[in-house]
Amino acid sequence: MSIFVDENTKVIVQGLTGGQGRFHGLRNRDYGTKIVGGVTPGKGGSDVDGIPVFNSVKEAVAATGATASFIVVPPKFASAAILEAAEGGITFIVCITEGIPAHDEAVTYNRLVEEFPGVRLLGPNCPGIISPGKCNIGITSGDIALPGGPVGIVSRSGTLTYQALHELSQQGIGQTTCVGIGGDPVPGTNFIDCLEAFEADPETKAVMMIGEIGGSEEERAAEWIKANMTKPVVCYIAGVTAPPGRKMGHAGAIISGSKGTAQAKMDALAEAGVYVCQNPTEAGEKMVEIVRSLGL
Amino acid sequence: MDLFEYQGKQYFGRFDIPTPVGDIADTVAEAVAVADRIGYPVVLKAQVKVGGRGKAGGVKLANNVDEVREHADFILGLDIKGHIVRRLWVEEASSIAKEYYASFTLDRPNKMHLGMLSAEGGVEIEVVAEENPDAIAFLSIDPVTGLDLESARRWVAQANLDEVAREQAATLLVSLYRCYTEGDCDLAEINPLILTPDNVVKALDAKVTLDENASFRHPEWDEFRATDTIDPREIMAREKGLNYIGLDGTVGIIANGAGLAMSTLDVVNQVGGTAANFLDIGGGANADVMAAALEVINADPKVKAIFVNIFGGITRVDEVAKGVLEALNRVTINSPIVLRLDGTNAVEGRAILAEHLNDALITEPTMLDAARRAVSLANA
Repeated sequence: MSIFVDENTKVIVQGLTGGQGRFHGLRNRDYGTKIVGGVTPGKGGSDVDGIPVFNSVKEAVAATGATASFIVVPPKFASAAILEAAEGGITFIVCITEGIPAHDEAVTYNRLVEEFPGVRLLGPNCPGIISPGKCNIGITSGDIALPGGPVGIVSRSGTLTYQALHELSQQGIGQTTCVGIGGDPVPGTNFIDCLEAFEADPETKAVMMIGEIGGSEEERAAEWIKANMTKPVVCYIAGVTAPPGRKMGHAGAIISGSKGTAQAKMDALAEAGVYVCQNPTEAGEKMVEIVRSLGL
Repeated sequence: MDLFEYQGKQYFGRFDIPTPVGDIADTVAEAVAVADRIGYPVVLKAQVKVGGRGKAGGVKLANNVDEVREHADFILGLDIKGHIVRRLWVEEASSIAKEYYASFTLDRPNKMHLGMLSAEGGVEIEVVAEENPDAIAFLSIDPVTGLDLESARRWVAQANLDEVAREQAATLLVSLYRCYTEGDCDLAEINPLILTPDNVVKALDAKVTLDENASFRHPEWDEFRATDTIDPREIMAREKGLNYIGLDGTVGIIANGAGLAMSTLDVVNQVGGTAANFLDIGGGANADVMAAALEVINADPKVKAIFVNIFGGITRVDEVAKGVLEALNRVTINSPIVLRLDGTNAVEGRAILAEHLNDALITEPTMLDAARRAVSLANA
């Protein structure tokens, strides 16, 4: 099984008529994802390579029955797009937009929680979600994923998500679902949400977790794993050599004082029984060993 | 982006947060002119983006023009933990009856804003949090509803601020919250927030970090940016719109995505090398960005090898490959380039480079192989 999405998930693309939206929307469709519509205000009635475009999410949902949305719009429009999706009846939102102001994210997240408790937001600033062979929403290159499980992947870093998929697929190890939660300060979906879903998914037998310096999400995940997780978890934390106090790319990746260091995170995860690895390749090799030892 | 104290105070001014009267000075003569205009006594404060300037002699009281000359001459050019003082903030000296602490920042685990207020200011808040956590009144603020004056009044009482300070402090906190939210700060901190003997509350210091993601709606930030970095490599990278941090090693790093870039640093380190920089070309980078990245790395004389580590997602590997060729056409690259290319359009990208490969332009199949190759070239 997959988590959050499957082969029946109907998806609309907010921003389908833009350059990135078109490229990745069509790529997702080519992968087999049910991309049923696009939304661009003022362009309703047109189509992108046969995919109908609507003026609003509400119209798109009414016409297509979509439950998921893939948001590919510039940062200044992203918060409004997320809320429009929730208001329009979408229950699973993937927002890949990078560069949204932190205050906008904080307001949007809390509005979702308060007004739309049934809606899950993945991202912003994430690569999206892929359930190999079934559904790909986002910017992940489908050919690096391998269907059939048994590994679930959750990652805070975009490109390291691809690296993790690649390491496993190269070794012939498939994935049930790979979720990129993104590295922004206020992610809609966190490690624990995904670990919980993987723990409950009978087809996922082990989980690979990719974290990075900054914040305390990995430490919280470690606590959750210690108390609840019965499946083996392998992790890699990026940023061991990062200098403190400098913002490494996105807001997530900053060490303030002694808090949020890679070492502190690795210690907490090791203490929770997680297999902590030094680089993505080592994490892949460790996962191969675990999957083989499970007789899969 | 971190602001200097004087910029923080100027930013506070936009939101009616009271601060002592003052002005900047880059020379001894300017310091004297500012002091003469404000009136004595004045305080001269080194403008550096590092803590501990008081202990380093970077903050001095001057009662007359001679003292201003003496102290300005001493502080300008002073090395405070590697930061050379190039600018002073000269302000009216404030009498202090009480020192408080106030700040707003994002509480990431709870996804709410966090206000911290303490009647014990003037010392590092981390120390207070460690030794006497009860002295800090924490306030969790829902970003949707914000902070109103009534809540601020309850908060200053809860923090045990002196009675005479409370009403002014509550008003100031609402203004500081506005500065934090409307001003798109990651951090807005006042330490100390003072009460004067004649019962005036004002911000004696200002620590402001701006959220660069919000710069599209803050054209006024341009003036802060002009003074932001001192590393010439970082200035060049910024001009080209790149996310670059200078380090001290010999392997130049270019990667897409912050996570992969950090991981590249880690792996280079693990195989015995040292990174010259962190450079994330970001998502969706085109050939121009890639070429600019190579030019920035190339300008760093310490670099002995360049490791380009790309896993395409929104970034297309064929664009990256075109950028590499474009850079090679545009400038002479001084160091060998080792590339690892995977992901979106990787086959097309590798094909573009295939006929150009030589001793100075090398591809490796994996991240580890490429790291080893780059490190061995850098160490040769």
